[in-house]
Amino acid sequence: MRKYIIKRLLISVVILFFVAFIIYALMRCLPTSYVENMARQKSMQPGSKSFEEWMEQLTAAYNMDKGIILGFFGWMGNILKGNFGDSWRWTVPVVEKFHDTVWLSFVMGAISFALEILIAIPLGIVAATKQYSKADYTISVIALAGISLPTFFFASLLKLVFSVKLGWFDLYGLVGRSYDQLDFMGQLLDKAHHLVLPIITLVVVSMGSLMRYTRTNMLEVLNADYIRTARAKGLPEKKVIYHHAFRNTLIPLVTIIGGSLPGLFSGALITETLYSIPGIGFTSYESMVAGDIPFSMFYLVFSAILTLLGNLLADILYAVVDPRVRIA
Amino acid sequence: MAKHDKTESTFTPIQPDDRYLLQVNALKKYFPIKEGMRVVGQVKAVDGVTFNLKRGCTMGLVGESGCGKTTAGRTILRLYRDKTDGQVLFEGKEVYDLTDKELRAMRTEMQIIFQDPFSSLSPRLPISEIIGEAVREHKIVPKAEFDDYIDQVMDNCGLQPFHKDRYPHEFSGGQRQRICIARALALNPKFIVCDEPVSALDVSIQAQIINLLRDLQEKYGLTYLFISHDLSVVEHISDTVGVMYLGSLVEYGATKDIFDNPLHPYTKALFSAIPIPDPTVKMNRIVLEGSIPSPANPPAGCKFHTRCANCMERCKTETPVQREIEPGHYVVCHLYDK
Repeated sequence: MRKYIIKRLLISVVILFFVAFIIYALMRCLPTSYVENMARQKSMQPGSKSFEEWMEQLTAAYNMDKGIILGFFGWMGNILKGNFGDSWRWTVPVVEKFHDTVWLSFVMGAISFALEILIAIPLGIVAATKQYSKADYTISVIALAGISLPTFFFASLLKLVFSVKLGWFDLYGLVGRSYDQLDFMGQLLDKAHHLVLPIITLVVVSMGSLMRYTRTNMLEVLNADYIRTARAKGLPEKKVIYHHAFRNTLIPLVTIIGGSLPGLFSGALITETLYSIPGIGFTSYESMVAGDIPFSMFYLVFSAILTLLGNLLADILYAVVDPRVRIA
Repeated sequence: MAKHDKTESTFTPIQPDDRYLLQVNALKKYFPIKEGMRVVGQVKAVDGVTFNLKRGCTMGLVGESGCGKTTAGRTILRLYRDKTDGQVLFEGKEVYDLTDKELRAMRTEMQIIFQDPFSSLSPRLPISEIIGEAVREHKIVPKAEFDDYIDQVMDNCGLQPFHKDRYPHEFSGGQRQRICIARALALNPKFIVCDEPVSALDVSIQAQIINLLRDLQEKYGLTYLFISHDLSVVEHISDTVGVMYLGSLVEYGATKDIFDNPLHPYTKALFSAIPIPDPTVKMNRIVLEGSIPSPANPPAGCKFHTRCANCMERCKTETPVQREIEPGHYVVCHLYDK
């Protein structure tokens, strides 16, 4: 097992190298150039140098005068030295900005992830055990609606109903107008209040696939011969479903859940942007739009590392829940 | 609980009889064929099965693939939620009248060994749990004796007790079938449906398992319903034999009577297919024309008339009834109407 993990980690390093290179190349190829915008702004100022002169000076200052390959190795060299650079867009060290925004996204992600699991798995089990019943059809329709609804549409719908018509929540933002006058508890509640709609959006949109996944896997297991064996043993139906069937459904679920753990740190780009929640998703979106290479690189490579770790985690969990793969 | 289909009951109810452990009367099990939400037809998987089974005896149930042997076995044990028609009396009690709780208690009395020892064991449980779970659930033995009891059951079935903590995938086919047998036996049942218990195994293991089943029968006075398509195995193990065709029991009687003197044209054809391990003997095989009709749309009259060499005019319209031709030898055929 240890040998396997080490091997996987080594392979991951190679994958990571190429992923980082591809991301860097793409960032450099983006049509929005931070340097160009900056040069244009500076040259607009009265009595300033011309655009070309600024361009030349800034390109050199931001290390953009080298080609993609040299630039990439330059970036990587700094990273290996532990120097992540300063964000161009936010004018603070990348790590600092990241640290300021990631926890908000993590809290939001963790809450919606927990809710998603708590809602989707039991509903999936119910749908499978009562296949073709009214409950099953209702759950399937909800799941399908959740999968099919685009985030921006659903978020707008929620805003229309709960913010515009009912006025229960603010349209966007993390804090209300009177935030500064509140005491600590009040501030916490204010933030929680502002997170309700984004979390509902996240849960509804992501819940469907997990629900359908649970249902499909559960159905497959419920038709297996050993479930008939369990029934023939005279076990109570509850035991048949939770002890025998659900246990065997866990494997595919663990992969999907393990695989989505890193997502907690990478934030929800669309949802955060729609609600203007200053989490990591929203921040990275702003950075990318501005052509902020250091911050985007840091964020994207970080996500790549998390994805690789997530896959490894899922594979290890496989072995934990399935005795048949334990020996490998 | 038992939801009957709209088909009218046509059978004459039988009374419980002490001499028999199991009485099956005109048992029917139809499965709906669904097209979307609509039911467009029925697969008549079991369509009229009647027999009685004495304590400590083995009844063989034979027939070609898809004739409803397995469904019959499962319907008798009420592994399906409901039956379509007929009676199943186990120790004089109608199995389909039991409440869920009574049925669960009844499960300890009647057990099943499934055909496929690979898929019928949960891959996520160690075998001590597979064998012992139901023992604990039904409180067969006091907690203190539990471990010894499981060891003993495993030993009886030719399993090493030190294998307890292993998982099913670590065993061979024959061992897995022993686990299935141990599992069924651990509940101390009176009646076991053996649903093709050896057809997934190779011949040398088949013999071991068959002998094991016989030894256990002698030791514990078990009653078996032995479902198989292997006629020589059935001849070897059974006291009585039933022959099924397209969901119906066409002939039923003592093993010797059935094998020496088959009456139904289908039984004759079926038994003529038993290979004789002697190349000098010329086999007189009766080859049936055509293929087995669809159980969703069985022929009218006698179901076998489309392939029967002795088909008469009345066979095409009139459904034959079960008749006792000689003591204990029943056949469903117009040829013997006198």
